[in-house]
Amino acid sequence: MVGAVNDARLLARALADPGSVVGLDAAGWTALLAMARAEQLIGTLALRVDGLPMPDAAKAILADARAAAEHGRRAALWEAEMARRALAAIGCQPVLLKGTAFVAAGLSAGQGRSIGDLDILVPRAAIDAVEAALLAAGWEWVKPDPYDDAYYRRWMHELPPLIHRERDRMIDVHHTILPLTTRVTPDAGALIDDSVALESGLRTLSPNGMLVHAAAHLFADGDLAGGLRNLWDIRCLIDEFGTDGLDAEAQRHGLSREMTRSLRLVDTLFGDRKASGTDRLYIRRITARDGWGRPIRPVTRLAFYVRSHWLRMPPAMLARHLWTKWRKS
Amino acid sequence: MKHAFSVRIGPVGFRIGSDWRAPIAALETLYRDYPQPHDGIPDFTVRLFARRPWRRFIRPSVEIGGDYMLPEAAPLPLRQGLLAAEMAMNLQMALGARRYLLLHASAVERDGRALLMTGISGAGKSTLATLLAAKGWRFMGDEFALLDPATGLIHAFPRLISLKNDAIAAAEAAWPDARMGPLLPATPKGDIRHMVPDARAIALMDMPATPALLLFPRYGFEAETRPVPPAEAFVRMTQASTNYVALGEAGFRALTGLIADVPSVAVDYPDGASAIDQVEALWSAL
Repeated sequence: MVGAVNDARLLARALADPGSVVGLDAAGWTALLAMARAEQLIGTLALRVDGLPMPDAAKAILADARAAAEHGRRAALWEAEMARRALAAIGCQPVLLKGTAFVAAGLSAGQGRSIGDLDILVPRAAIDAVEAALLAAGWEWVKPDPYDDAYYRRWMHELPPLIHRERDRMIDVHHTILPLTTRVTPDAGALIDDSVALESGLRTLSPNGMLVHAAAHLFADGDLAGGLRNLWDIRCLIDEFGTDGLDAEAQRHGLSREMTRSLRLVDTLFGDRKASGTDRLYIRRITARDGWGRPIRPVTRLAFYVRSHWLRMPPAMLARHLWTKWRKS
Repeated sequence: MKHAFSVRIGPVGFRIGSDWRAPIAALETLYRDYPQPHDGIPDFTVRLFARRPWRRFIRPSVEIGGDYMLPEAAPLPLRQGLLAAEMAMNLQMALGARRYLLLHASAVERDGRALLMTGISGAGKSTLATLLAAKGWRFMGDEFALLDPATGLIHAFPRLISLKNDAIAAAEAAWPDARMGPLLPATPKGDIRHMVPDARAIALMDMPATPALLLFPRYGFEAETRPVPPAEAFVRMTQASTNYVALGEAGFRALTGLIADVPSVAVDYPDGASAIDQVEALWSAL
């Protein structure tokens, strides 16, 4: 029963099976809302459970979350339009990534989704021209540190983050979907070639490209922070587009392992598949959130944090990087 | 969390969890006459916690967290735990509130109409509100006035009144019977003492009021009042609202509506007594 769940599986279940919230008591609602806020899924939750019977207080909080998500959607689309205009001058059509792509294409993964920075993908050959065009249009550097700047330019899959001086919004300009130091090398050119034009003059990745990118982001790059939201994206994309040709696409980018793991974890978290082997550890990390919205399981979290750096850099480089960072701090 | 407390202030429910008993005990005492969150479901969660386990005991240091957090928020010593709780609750409002346009203003009410006073820290928002409340106005809040975009009404948010430095003595003189929290000397904001709003403020906190007058008080000047042009009042209020940008179009409509409907007046005052006279004169001229 609901009372036995003391981690973010409560939230996963509410997303997958909205009817499960109907029996919640005040404490259950309080825990669910705190988790949803902490995992940046409250807008998504609000849309999933809309119309179900629930206490008025929960209804009011979720109505606020829906309004906030709608405002966030408008702001994200406006930011994308600003980037489109800035890059039109150099003949570059940016490919939108992640949340902005989902709302721009009107996908279910975008419904209620919180959107932070604007993420775009451009051809690596165009990166200098893109940077110049954005700077000319009012974006500025966020990180003035020369080491960080040099690190980004040499090793990362994106420019150092830029922020717009008037709108105070960040843009991440990617030229591929994983850091160059990662052992896997996705084919960014193919992702761009297969991208889909929207009526607005912007582009998104193909559905399978979006799925591969989500899996890459989740399992080959970060420390699984925001993992629940990422897996929810994947579940929505699969629901909407199916998995035809997904194996071949994942294989082309060297991300088969990550993609199949994503699909298994989606079935576990949002379905009734039983986790086995290392999947159990991933579930443990992804659901490490309690009813106060607190991060829990520090050892598991640390292990995945270490893993993220291990994946991102060869050992000697990692040592040099941590040494430099430590000296500067 | 180990220790927990829930309360409703105006329309907003809070749940405060703490690694220590002391801040919760202080909140229980000072908020004892306040109701519980609607349906037992708080709008916001606040967490007071130790960054490292041993920090619960050795030089205990209170980190401020919750649904919404500022990465650079500095921890406070445990003896200022009550201040940490109040700051954390304000932070949830400032960063998370979406139902109302938050105006950084104190508010008092008379005959169903609200008087709003805004200004930077030290302008006298809290002091003037407590002095006016002692003269028969209903106290609605000293930090945030909640403007409902749907109705244009002001909702009360009568949290504990945060008195700083000289304002402590002034408020104690005006409200000799008020219940007070402990004196917190040498906080990052100076000496602080929390005062419980009077019984009427708590009893009527669910009653909104129609805004009638917007004042921009300034302490330490010759007594003078002058109208503030609408464009200036609008811009100053966008800066005095923490969620104006986050509310988007709804925030713009709410604020332009307020400025269009309500006269804005700058009030320079040398002391509390003059300020009361100036405010009463402006009010009766409405």
